[in-house]
Amino acid sequence: MNVTLMQSAMESSTPMHALRAATADPVLRVRNLEVTYYTDSGRAKALDNVSFTLNSGEKLGMVGESGSGKSTMALAMMRMIKPPGRIEGGQVIVGDTDLMSLDQEGMRKARLSKIAYIPQGAMNSLNPVMRIGAQMVDAVKSHLPGEPKAAIEARCRRALQSVDLDASVFRMYAHELSGGMKQRVCIAIGILLDPHVIIADEPTSALDVVTQRQVMETIDNVQKQINAAVILIGHDMGLMAQFVDKVAVMYAGRLVEMSTVREMFTDPKHPYARALISSLPSLENKGVFQGIPGLAPSLLRLPSGCAFHPRCSSAMAMCGTTRPEPRILPGGRSVTCHLYDGEASHG
Amino acid sequence: MTFKLVIRRLVFLVLVIWAASTIVFFIPRLSSRNALRERFGELARTGGFSPEDLEKIIANMNQQFGLDQPLLTQYWHYLGNIVRLDFGYSLYRYPSTVSDLIAQSLPWTIGLLLVTTILSFVIGNLLGAISAWPRAPGWLRGFATPFILLTGVPPVIMGILLLFFIGFRLKWLPLGGAYSVGVVPTWTWVFFFDLMRHQILPALALIFGSVGGWVLSMRGMGITIQGEDYVNFAEHKGLTAGRIFRDYYVRNAMLPQVTGFALALGTVVTSAIIVEGLFGLPGIGTMLNLAIRSNDFPTIYGIVLFITIAVAVLMTVVEFILPLLDPRIRHS
Repeated sequence: MNVTLMQSAMESSTPMHALRAATADPVLRVRNLEVTYYTDSGRAKALDNVSFTLNSGEKLGMVGESGSGKSTMALAMMRMIKPPGRIEGGQVIVGDTDLMSLDQEGMRKARLSKIAYIPQGAMNSLNPVMRIGAQMVDAVKSHLPGEPKAAIEARCRRALQSVDLDASVFRMYAHELSGGMKQRVCIAIGILLDPHVIIADEPTSALDVVTQRQVMETIDNVQKQINAAVILIGHDMGLMAQFVDKVAVMYAGRLVEMSTVREMFTDPKHPYARALISSLPSLENKGVFQGIPGLAPSLLRLPSGCAFHPRCSSAMAMCGTTRPEPRILPGGRSVTCHLYDGEASHG
Repeated sequence: MTFKLVIRRLVFLVLVIWAASTIVFFIPRLSSRNALRERFGELARTGGFSPEDLEKIIANMNQQFGLDQPLLTQYWHYLGNIVRLDFGYSLYRYPSTVSDLIAQSLPWTIGLLLVTTILSFVIGNLLGAISAWPRAPGWLRGFATPFILLTGVPPVIMGILLLFFIGFRLKWLPLGGAYSVGVVPTWTWVFFFDLMRHQILPALALIFGSVGGWVLSMRGMGITIQGEDYVNFAEHKGLTAGRIFRDYYVRNAMLPQVTGFALALGTVVTSAIIVEGLFGLPGIGTMLNLAIRSNDFPTIYGIVLFITIAVAVLMTVVEFILPLLDPRIRHS
């Protein structure tokens, strides 16, 4: 098997990532990450035992309904969960550092330099009263205090250049930029320190479709330049399909399926993922619009067993009683569903 | 763009001053009371000259003050005088001019008001910002609470309480006056410390009265700003807490506070009149108080007009500072 992978890697550069997936040391390992929100009406488990692995250069798209835990996941990896939320356990290992074991100061230094977060920047993520340049310089200074001023500025201008922004943006204020430009500035800030992992939280919402595409291409370009692992959070399956290597589907705080983008769109395994894919409008069945019956469950009162079973068309008796655990199927995809209990290679 | 804004503001300032001086000019002339007659009638009663002499004196004075001229001519002259900051003569302290009296008392008021207003603005905003900052230690955030409670206490009551407990009971600080009786003002440290000792209680009365207001409004702004995306993103960038606090949080929460500062300038004068009276300080407030009690109309109008001009000018200055703090204003 390795031989075929090697051969294909030599033929073209694209499957290179696939090769790394099988052999290279993963740059990001998330293990059993758990987040709970302690609300007045009870405990809401926003992230339940989430584990996955990413290699450098890999792009993961994370999809799911609102409240499924995508953003919580991003915040938990940055250790930016605010009370009443709490990270209950798990590991986020970037390179060979477990972020969860760092102290406050250590985590501050890890942000942006090891793991960067790109917010939905079109609206309000830039300080309105500081020049763009100052907001880039202060980020670098906080991590490289000894760096000379000229070097810092050169680094910032390089970052602006790699997101196709004019150097004059350095001297501008946020209100002088368009939504797409603001989003690019956020990306430029995210890559200032060549992080190993970049998390982009819905980077294209609130942008028009043309700009969405440009922003996605920008992310694609910069991640190739610095060869970081990218996690892309969003709802737009169509846009995502064009840019990511792997897709992870979240439901009620759990990662229900993680496959390569091709597998996900041609042969989704988890019934929820299947429903998501078939709900995408296509040219063949115009006018027929297929949704997913039922509503996303409240995290405060999750159904017993598999949280998806009340909406699942293939639910079995055990789905209402026993919670499925994530299983690795042959080929490396991960599914959390009882349908595949028999097929799992080794759980 | 910016130039046009400056010109527009300056024109507006001139209009405000013109309107204020016009009101100050016409209001006393609507009154049936005649300040000169009252003043000299009083003098005549205490003896010295006959009623005919009184009429002559008043006619003479009317001529000297230009009161025998038509109203519009008087108004025109008056406006010319205002431009030269000439508010006429004081009746009570004739031949001192009102400008002289203002010049005498102004340094006292400016010294006290400038220091206390700026101090309470800085302290209040800092405490307010800290009290809303979730990462500040609890004991530090608690500092704001007593000041919020004190907001309800008017400066008079505050002053009386301070006088009674610290001045009268504990005898830590003097009860009143600008400096000790019998001391001659000189440029020495001894006099300076004596002066400062006398300023502490009035300053505390003014500061305690106004810090709470700043704390409350800044706290409100702070709670809004700390939820803003750019504050969160600043933390994602791995900035130190101090830098986020200063450049992202306070810097943005401050903006409406600066406007509030301009608005507060007007009320500052009012509390100064009360506090100066209470502590027997020789400032503008005391001067105005005295002028009102002795029917010294030119002085009253002069001081009122002067305060109006001063506040209008300060507000314009603040308005010019605002675009420097908020780039978004520069372009609108």
